[in-house]
Amino acid sequence: MSAHSQAIASAALRPRARPSLRRWTEREGVFSWLMVTPPVLFLLALVGYPFVYGIWLSLENRPVAKPGEFIGLGNFIANFHDPVFWQVAQNTFVYTFAATALKMAGGLALALVMNQEFRFKNLIRAIMLLPFIVPTVLSTIAWMWILDPSFSVVNWFLIRWGIANPGPSWLGNPSLAMFSLIMVNTWRGLPFYAITLLAGLQTISPELYEAATIDGASTFARFRYVTLPLLKPVIFIVTMFSVIFTFSDFQLVYVLTRGGPANATHLFATYAFDVAMGGGQFGLGASIALSMLPPLALLIAGMAWYMRGEKSS
Amino acid sequence: MIVERRGWRVRGLKLWLPLGFFLVFTLFPFYWMTITSLKPNSELYSRKIMPLIVYHPTLEHFVNLLTETSFLTWTYNTMLIAVVSTAISLVFGVMLAYPLARMRFAGAALVSFAIAATYLVPQPLLFIPLADIINRLGLGDTLTSVILTYPTLLVPFCAWLLMGYFKSVPHELEDAARIDGATRLQTMFRIFLPLCIPGFISAGIFAFTLAQNEFLYALIFLTKTDVRTVPVGAIAELVRGDVFYWGQLMAAALLGSIPVAIIYSFFVEHYVAGLTSGGVKA
Repeated sequence: MSAHSQAIASAALRPRARPSLRRWTEREGVFSWLMVTPPVLFLLALVGYPFVYGIWLSLENRPVAKPGEFIGLGNFIANFHDPVFWQVAQNTFVYTFAATALKMAGGLALALVMNQEFRFKNLIRAIMLLPFIVPTVLSTIAWMWILDPSFSVVNWFLIRWGIANPGPSWLGNPSLAMFSLIMVNTWRGLPFYAITLLAGLQTISPELYEAATIDGASTFARFRYVTLPLLKPVIFIVTMFSVIFTFSDFQLVYVLTRGGPANATHLFATYAFDVAMGGGQFGLGASIALSMLPPLALLIAGMAWYMRGEKSS
Repeated sequence: MIVERRGWRVRGLKLWLPLGFFLVFTLFPFYWMTITSLKPNSELYSRKIMPLIVYHPTLEHFVNLLTETSFLTWTYNTMLIAVVSTAISLVFGVMLAYPLARMRFAGAALVSFAIAATYLVPQPLLFIPLADIINRLGLGDTLTSVILTYPTLLVPFCAWLLMGYFKSVPHELEDAARIDGATRLQTMFRIFLPLCIPGFISAGIFAFTLAQNEFLYALIFLTKTDVRTVPVGAIAELVRGDVFYWGQLMAAALLGSIPVAIIYSFFVEHYVAGLTSGGVKA
């Protein structure tokens, strides 16, 4: 419609402007978009724009508080030749896989245990979720003191029982530091698995178990052929969330080790933080953060593909 | 599940033993946090005495924390930020979820895909560009900086959860109101939203705990004592140089956890409903 005919149209409508405006906003599509637009704009401004701007930053050489200079893939090439970057990538994968596996196994075990009838069930469920509720940094401070080099309570018992003297340096030894981080992450994330899987278990009809029992299925067979297949969609969703947030974890590492000793526990997020905030290299930091995206997308796509394959078989 | 009456021995082995193990594992750090905050320094830094017990409990760490540091200011900031960003997120969440759950419009699929994608974008992907944007807006070291950015983490979640809830509400009441001549806005506010209070509590409590938990943005945007939140303040200011004030740190961790734990304990069922709705309904 040309501007001219639009003017005529609106002039013609003017006497009935109010009722027709109202009729217009009452239309499903118009009402919906009027509702949705403000939050969508908000998210575009503070998620969409920073995301695109981050890609732009990663293509710049940009020391802090100076104008950037476009260098194409220069930052990514620098990362490719940086041994620390590859160490960080390896750390992140080890951390994600180990912690996810532990949380899955422990969470499933806890869910199965809690899927029985017992007294104080709701209270115990509420208590079990505490690690997930309490701000991570604050509970990690407690872990820091549990794993303290000189006053670790774990070491106190190890020494007391004659297992090790002096006790190990939980956060000072490269492999032990990674182990400790994985344990703390498991401690924090396990309740999420357990409670979600428990909710999934409770949707499984008891009749299925009865039928399987009548057919002579053992406890393990019932678990393998009734519980697991029906739980699979829930397991997928939970694992996907967990993988994303473990892969991009920042808080635990920042509080417990700051990536040390000697970069042995740096993850993508903490390394990007160090380079950008500590070293003032915004462009390089953005490129490190952005490097999380392809492996994360591949992991999730792989999981989705695996799930699909399982379903059709 | 069926033949479960084989005596307490089996029950002990299958239920209470593993449950006890998980409970100890879950609760030990909180126990440790509590007793450490009550120990005098002489007990804290002794390698000889049994560490699991407090011999001479003292409140000195709490007193020092409250008088010598800005802990109360941090608590106030944390609460203010969490409450305001939760409120903003609920409003935006409703604005997204209501049309998506109850109406048909062109582009609905695109919007709901965008929400899911936003939910899955990990925070560390955005903090560097956001730091630059916040700086250019002149919002560094203001509470506004985090009040503005926290909803980006919370809105997708709230919208998602509320959508699930909204879809479970029957249509009849709304249809009746529409036939009686109510506008869409009236139907939404007078008829529909009051039916969804449990959904709001779920989303609100979840958003509130997420906001309390946030650390990365607060760490980067808030670098002055009087605008800091509890987690950032504890990490940045109770660790002075290489010296750790463990008693005070633990007192801060404990006091910082208590408000969330109390609010959580009132709404556990709603919280669990919110937590599991994402995984189970999908």
